[in-house]
Amino acid sequence: MKKGNQSPEQQAYLEKVKQYEPKSNTFSQCVKAFIVGGLICCLGQLIWDIGNNMFTFTESQNSGFTSIVLIFLGALFTGIGIYDKLGSFAGAGSIVPITGFSNAIVSTAMEHKREGYVLGVSAKMFLIAGPVLVYGISASVVLGIVYFLFGIA
Amino acid sequence: MNSKRCGSQSVIFPTNPKILSTATIVGDVEGQGPIGKHFDLVLEDDTWGEDSWEKAERKMFEHSVRLACNKCNIAPESLDCMLGGDILNQLISANFAARAIKAPFLGLYGACSTMVEAMLIGAMLIDGEYASTVSATACSHFSTAERQYRSPLELGGQRPPTAQRTVTGAGTAILVSDEYQHNNESTHELFNNIVISAGTIGKVIDLGVKDANNLGAAMAPAAADTIQVHLNDFNKTVDDFDLIVTGDLGSLGSELLNELCKEKNIDLKDKHIDCGNTIFSKDQNVDCGGSGCGCCAVTFCGYLIKRLEAGDINNILFVATGVLLSPDTTLQGDTIPSIAHAVVIERRVS
Repeated sequence: MKKGNQSPEQQAYLEKVKQYEPKSNTFSQCVKAFIVGGLICCLGQLIWDIGNNMFTFTESQNSGFTSIVLIFLGALFTGIGIYDKLGSFAGAGSIVPITGFSNAIVSTAMEHKREGYVLGVSAKMFLIAGPVLVYGISASVVLGIVYFLFGIA
Repeated sequence: MNSKRCGSQSVIFPTNPKILSTATIVGDVEGQGPIGKHFDLVLEDDTWGEDSWEKAERKMFEHSVRLACNKCNIAPESLDCMLGGDILNQLISANFAARAIKAPFLGLYGACSTMVEAMLIGAMLIDGEYASTVSATACSHFSTAERQYRSPLELGGQRPPTAQRTVTGAGTAILVSDEYQHNNESTHELFNNIVISAGTIGKVIDLGVKDANNLGAAMAPAAADTIQVHLNDFNKTVDDFDLIVTGDLGSLGSELLNELCKEKNIDLKDKHIDCGNTIFSKDQNVDCGGSGCGCCAVTFCGYLIKRLEAGDINNILFVATGVLLSPDTTLQGDTIPSIAHAVVIERRVS
């Protein structure tokens, strides 16, 4: 049913639903997302500094190192059942960082383990992260072409 | 002909099929809820020792039928007909449980209205003398429903405040004819004289709600319609019932039901309760309350029928609502059709 086809009765009801619906508290959720997201980024900075000072990685080595450690931590906390609780508290604060991406892949893989390793885990693993990959990679290809044609300067 | 029909959508059961016994099995969150002590079995582990949640759900279905049969001393395989369903694709819980029980079986899909649909058809079978013993079961499981309808359990996202939590639970009611009970003295009755006296078959209603995280709002119009039709068909008012029980509208759906009924000049007063609000308390972090076809099944079979038996209430209009959607229809932008069936359950003072 398209929006234009709504009967007056339906329109009146949808208005009523809107009026009674409990609202999300956007402000407090933004604050929580800011704090938790910020803490995850601080953790990333800490890992970066460790890589820099203790292992004396080059800059490109160190960005790989930092990402890998964060992805590992996201997967670990998903596996022991903490990340979903963090997510329901922090919302975008824990979904947007790279740990959230790790959570999307690991949680789906865990969920589908019972359907087998081929058609379960590996086929379903990208159910939620898939769109991020498809459009992320597509966007990078487009940007790459633009960069190739026009350069940055 | 048609002497058992009443009004436009309703039926009466002159032989008064009896509810002989009930059984309930629930998960731990339901067990910790306000009516947790009324359930027969509370599972500590949501896989119940099985290796998947789906297997646990069918085990709950099977064992609730066996337990209810056991309580009234009827062999499960000797049931004339097993009725019931769940909310998973291809009714796997009900079908696989029926494979184990080996009684004649009709699977029903009414989404969360399945329990009342099963009791309605069961009463028709008995009143029409097509069966003398029938089981009516509905079963749902939080973890299987989440993966079919929503997202993986460990995914760290937020639910909108209108969402409801699927109840992990299976409830069975055993219905028998008066005659059967008379001829089989070995049967044991758990409830003295609780009968299903009438019912109303609902129509599919759609007032244009699209949000699959707001099922209470999608179902409230169906409940209001069925309640109105029922009262009209029998020329009754809200005052004729001690309670009007809805299945799983949750807190938002209940408010909307009250509003819709007011528009139809029906004042529900304080007679309305909703199983989705009864089974969980507000502090259990369940947003708008419980849902799933196990919700009203265990609330009725565990809690409400005991109140009927105790004489605290004498009759209820039991209206269970269901949303007839699939994840694909939601993605394709369809609105959500919903349905509500009703049965009248009363205690006869003999």
